[in-house]
Amino acid sequence: MLDINNLHAGIDGKEILKGLTLHVGTGEVHAIMGPNGSGKSTLANVLAGRPKYVATSGTVTYQGKDLLALPAEERAREGVFLAMQYPVEIPGVNNIYFLKAALNSIRKHQGQEELDAMEFLQLAREKMKLVEMDETFMNRSVNEGFSGGEKKRNEIFQMAVLDPKLAILDETDSGLDIDALRIVAQGVNALASEKHSVLVITHYQRLLRYLVPDFVHVLADGRIVKSGGKELAEELEQKGYEWIEDEVAAAR
Amino acid sequence: MSSVLDRDIRLASVDPLHIDGEPDRVRRVRAQAAERFNTLGWPTTRREEWKYTSLTPLTSIDWKTDQRLPEDRSLASPFGDRPIAELMFANGSLYANRATLANEHPGIRIVPMREAMDAESFGQHFARYAGYEKHALTALNTALWQDGAYIEIAPGTAVEGFIHIFYIGGGTADHPVMSHPRNLIVAGRGSQITVVESYFGKGMYFTNTVTEIVAGEGAVVDHYKFENESLEAFHTGTVQIHQERSSNVTSRTIATGGGLVRNEINVALTGEGASLSMEGLFVLSGRQHVDNHTVIDHIAPHCDSLELFKGILDENARGIFDGRIIVEPNAVKTNSRQTNRNLLLSESAVIDSKPTLEIHNDDVKCNHGSTIGQLDEEALFYLRARGIGEEEARNLLVYAFASEIVERMKIDVVRENVSRALYSRLPGLKAEGRKQKAEGGLR
Repeated sequence: MLDINNLHAGIDGKEILKGLTLHVGTGEVHAIMGPNGSGKSTLANVLAGRPKYVATSGTVTYQGKDLLALPAEERAREGVFLAMQYPVEIPGVNNIYFLKAALNSIRKHQGQEELDAMEFLQLAREKMKLVEMDETFMNRSVNEGFSGGEKKRNEIFQMAVLDPKLAILDETDSGLDIDALRIVAQGVNALASEKHSVLVITHYQRLLRYLVPDFVHVLADGRIVKSGGKELAEELEQKGYEWIEDEVAAAR
Repeated sequence: MSSVLDRDIRLASVDPLHIDGEPDRVRRVRAQAAERFNTLGWPTTRREEWKYTSLTPLTSIDWKTDQRLPEDRSLASPFGDRPIAELMFANGSLYANRATLANEHPGIRIVPMREAMDAESFGQHFARYAGYEKHALTALNTALWQDGAYIEIAPGTAVEGFIHIFYIGGGTADHPVMSHPRNLIVAGRGSQITVVESYFGKGMYFTNTVTEIVAGEGAVVDHYKFENESLEAFHTGTVQIHQERSSNVTSRTIATGGGLVRNEINVALTGEGASLSMEGLFVLSGRQHVDNHTVIDHIAPHCDSLELFKGILDENARGIFDGRIIVEPNAVKTNSRQTNRNLLLSESAVIDSKPTLEIHNDDVKCNHGSTIGQLDEEALFYLRARGIGEEEARNLLVYAFASEIVERMKIDVVRENVSRALYSRLPGLKAEGRKQKAEGGLR
């Protein structure tokens, strides 16, 4: 699904990812953990194509395509979804109109028939139930006046509707209470399947209680320094990140 | 009618126009106004309220009046048969009158100004609000007005639907035509009325318009001015609103057309408890220059005014918002808010924003503010990251910026036309976003 090889990337001329290598297979759930400043969000943004984030060397291959060569909208149409760490408020753009336009541009690109208003509403209602979202959200402006938890839930709702092949969650769990966390996990678990891959970027282990990763990676100073199974997350929770940083320093 | 046809006027000095059968007062007012214009001359940028707009390109042209239009001009009303009454003027002269049915109602009178001059309320209100003493363009209009709409709604009459006053202009560089439309709207005590004035045209011409609106006690008046002149046209206009006790006026000024435009909207809140909502939207591109100048004068206590002007500017367009709110010493408990927001879509577009509060008593709640910004890059990325193409994402965000004003327009056909004009004005934008309303309303 996704092959990242020796990726160097950064913003404003500052290198943040310093040779990151990661392979995500189809149907796998990967968690990327790491201390603040380790490059977690940079990775998410580089993969989604956020302007100003520049890859200086290395390759990212997604389903056989050079992902870095595609503009942001093409990546989304190819099935990459980024649940943002800070979802932006867009006053005046109606939630349901926006999401329908997004879904149909993806469907069109993938050679599927576009949904009409009725079909779309049916789908949206179904997914709203999944994330326990009130229908009144649909007729409001995108994220406008939403609480932090509502914004995150809206990200998961959009993910559920757009049905991406590769979902990247950028600290979707931070700042969420236990209920919201459970709902987010519910949405991700519903998506995770043989055909979908998920990359969960997080600082804490909390979300991983509800959402069981196949692999856990530790990111430090722009590189993956340790990989393991779900037990690695528990170890991190107990011991913090320092022991890994010490290990890395010792290895140098 | 012969008095208007092909009359050459040197605008350095004007003689008043007179219509056969004009009452003495109108004759006198015209003569005084002509004299005032000749004394004042054209406004220049040396005057504070004209510092951003030079009329030099306009004053150097030898304008003519001519009621004929270039022959290829199609005269279709943008709103079809939706208005309950419509008066259409071509280069300032009556071209079509579709007000007969509405006039069957005893409380409604919609006629060309020429036919209204003997009415009692005409004498009572005409030229009483739009001052020509200090204002050269109003003086010019008052001296030279050819025709326009007179609308009088009797006390207690609520008019359903809307009345359309449609001005169409046309001229060429070889034959530059000017017109001076003049409207008077008198809404009696407790009446209700919606009036849309629109200005369309082709080629090079100059429209200098004055509309006086009187909202009697408790009257509800919804007024739209939709300025969609040709890009070669000059448009200067004043909407002068006089509000009495507990009246409620909504004034909307939409400017999408015109090469050089000056829109003035002046409101006097003269009776207690009057409330005003003043909205404006200007959407400009190319080398368009649109100057919005508003004055809201709080004279009586307990009045509310809410003002919002939004500008969208692309390419080399230049926009101005110069708004002043005056709170007089007696106007205690005034509640007033003035906001101007601008969206610049190109690096060479220019906006000057000058919101001003002038408060002469300390028992008021007033605030004002202005913002100038570009399209939100974060929002643009958010939309693109969901699969929406860059062009469509821009469309959505521009429309979203305007929607606050557009979506509040109660008349569907007007809202649709304004949306269309908005998109046609912005290069690189297409009409996609207009679908938003229709689909967004689904539940």
